[in-house]
Amino acid sequence: MNDLIEILEELHADVDFKNCVTLIDHNILDSFDIITLVADINSEFDVTIPAEEIIPENFNSAKALYALVERLME
Amino acid sequence: MLFTSYSFIVFIAVLFVLYYIIPKKYQWILLLVASYFFYGLMSIKYLGYILVTTVTTFYAGRQLKRQNLYQKDYLKEHKADMSREDKKAFKEQIKKDKKIYFLACILVNFGILAFTKYTNFVIYNVNHISEMFGNDIVLSFWNIALPMGISFYTFKSMSYLIDIHRDKSQGANSLFKFALFVSFFPQIIQGPISRFEHLSKTLYGPHTFDYDRVAFGLQRILWGFFKKLVIADRLLIAVNTLKNSPEQYSGGFVLVLMLMYSFELYADFTGGIDIAIGIGQVFGVTIEENFNRPYFAKNITDFWRRWHITMGAWFRDYVFYPLSVSKRMLKLSKWARKNFGDAIGRRLPVYISTLIVWFTTGIWHGASWNFIAWGLANGIVIIISLELKPYYKWFHSKFNVADKRVFHAFQIIRTVLLVSSIRLFDVYKNVPLTFKMLGSMFTAQNYSSLFNGSLLELGLAMYDYVIVFGGLGVLLIVSLIQRKSNVRLQLASKPVHIRHAAFLMLILSLLVFGAYGAGYDASQFIYNQF
Repeated sequence: MNDLIEILEELHADVDFKNCVTLIDHNILDSFDIITLVADINSEFDVTIPAEEIIPENFNSAKALYALVERLME
Repeated sequence: MLFTSYSFIVFIAVLFVLYYIIPKKYQWILLLVASYFFYGLMSIKYLGYILVTTVTTFYAGRQLKRQNLYQKDYLKEHKADMSREDKKAFKEQIKKDKKIYFLACILVNFGILAFTKYTNFVIYNVNHISEMFGNDIVLSFWNIALPMGISFYTFKSMSYLIDIHRDKSQGANSLFKFALFVSFFPQIIQGPISRFEHLSKTLYGPHTFDYDRVAFGLQRILWGFFKKLVIADRLLIAVNTLKNSPEQYSGGFVLVLMLMYSFELYADFTGGIDIAIGIGQVFGVTIEENFNRPYFAKNITDFWRRWHITMGAWFRDYVFYPLSVSKRMLKLSKWARKNFGDAIGRRLPVYISTLIVWFTTGIWHGASWNFIAWGLANGIVIIISLELKPYYKWFHSKFNVADKRVFHAFQIIRTVLLVSSIRLFDVYKNVPLTFKMLGSMFTAQNYSSLFNGSLLELGLAMYDYVIVFGGLGVLLIVSLIQRKSNVRLQLASKPVHIRHAAFLMLILSLLVFGAYGAGYDASQFIYNQF
């Protein structure tokens, strides 16, 4: 989880990723951030997030995103 | 049958009466018959195209759904006796089986779209290239009927197919229900590009007559007519004069054209969507919103989140994301990171995908280099704005203006000017001329002639300008109210005489100020041609 938070903070240092649950709903992460994030996660965790998993529920919080990464790693 | 024709009003009135007197279980069938009647009236030839799309997509979708169910059931049944590798291999096999139906359907439908829309564009370019090399062989253009709204219903149908392929939707349970989704008449010509999972919730009824809902729907329709007939069609006259005589109207007039076209397009397109959503509401069908006060956007990315929302979402979900997170793109990103550093490696997939998406968006709008240039210009400006992000951050760390109203106004005006100037590619007859006219805005010394009465020679009298400015003023006030609440809900909370007075005023303004009369035909909606 900490690795993921680090990746997120590299994108937006000023966001409280540990607690924010509206990253998509409040447009904190835009589609360009998401692509960067997917590429970073691919490099860091060796996990490919498919396009159909790019939905607000999976990207609204660091926790949800981490759950997705864990699910895809299985 | 245009939305703005008298025959359309009669069509809606008859349909309305029938819809609420027949048994409710037949309502959706009536909508299907009405939709095919509406579409067939434009040209009987179009029906063949839409039928092919409907039948191929429905049966391919059904096959994909079967495979999805089979996979789920099989895995559930053999959960205990399958290793992780077995499961993976099984899923891969299903994926392969699905791919055949999926790709065949995609190829057929995008093939039809490409054939009808782009064949002559390809011939034009082949001839042009051949001429450049001194070749005398000239291919003749083909006489192909371009079915109205084909881009919209093809995109709608393909989103249906992709969602089933991704197992995000169960699809329709009958061919006829799917046929209604594809052909639903209020949105077949200019959208919104609905998703099945959304539209199907209300499309098939049953719907009882609800006075408030029908009244809201009628208000929305009238509001759409007001935008189209009072503002858009009036501005169109001046826009045509300005764009058809570029030699005469350069410099300051280009700026006037740019702004006039921006507001004409806004009133025209949002007006058409208001009518579509309003008709849906009258029949109890909820159609997605396609605009969210786009001219209040603070930057171009924000603008595209608010303008033609369903098209933007389509390209984002079905082109941008799949392309930018594809294995090839991630591989390219990794390679670039290794060879050129993190900064370039991160940007590469985003920028390549952005340019491809905007190229596609451009060509989706029309088979011409103008639209391609328009699309690419949008993509380039978006990339530049991404590159400027650190500088904006630096600026805001030095100057505390981010929350100031003046700064917000500056951002809004800047965005309107930016998107309007890019739209000039869509106005002039070719790309070099557009660049020339854009350049003339900065070099011509004729701004003073804007105030010597020349604007009254564009086909609009002072009376028309007053109506246009008055109409735009009403639009602005409504948009400002919408920032905080729903205008129609607010109106509904007022006493009955105020509501009726507002309703009456809207009808009267249409009758008195609508741009029609002897010798005048309400023009087609701009987006009909896409």
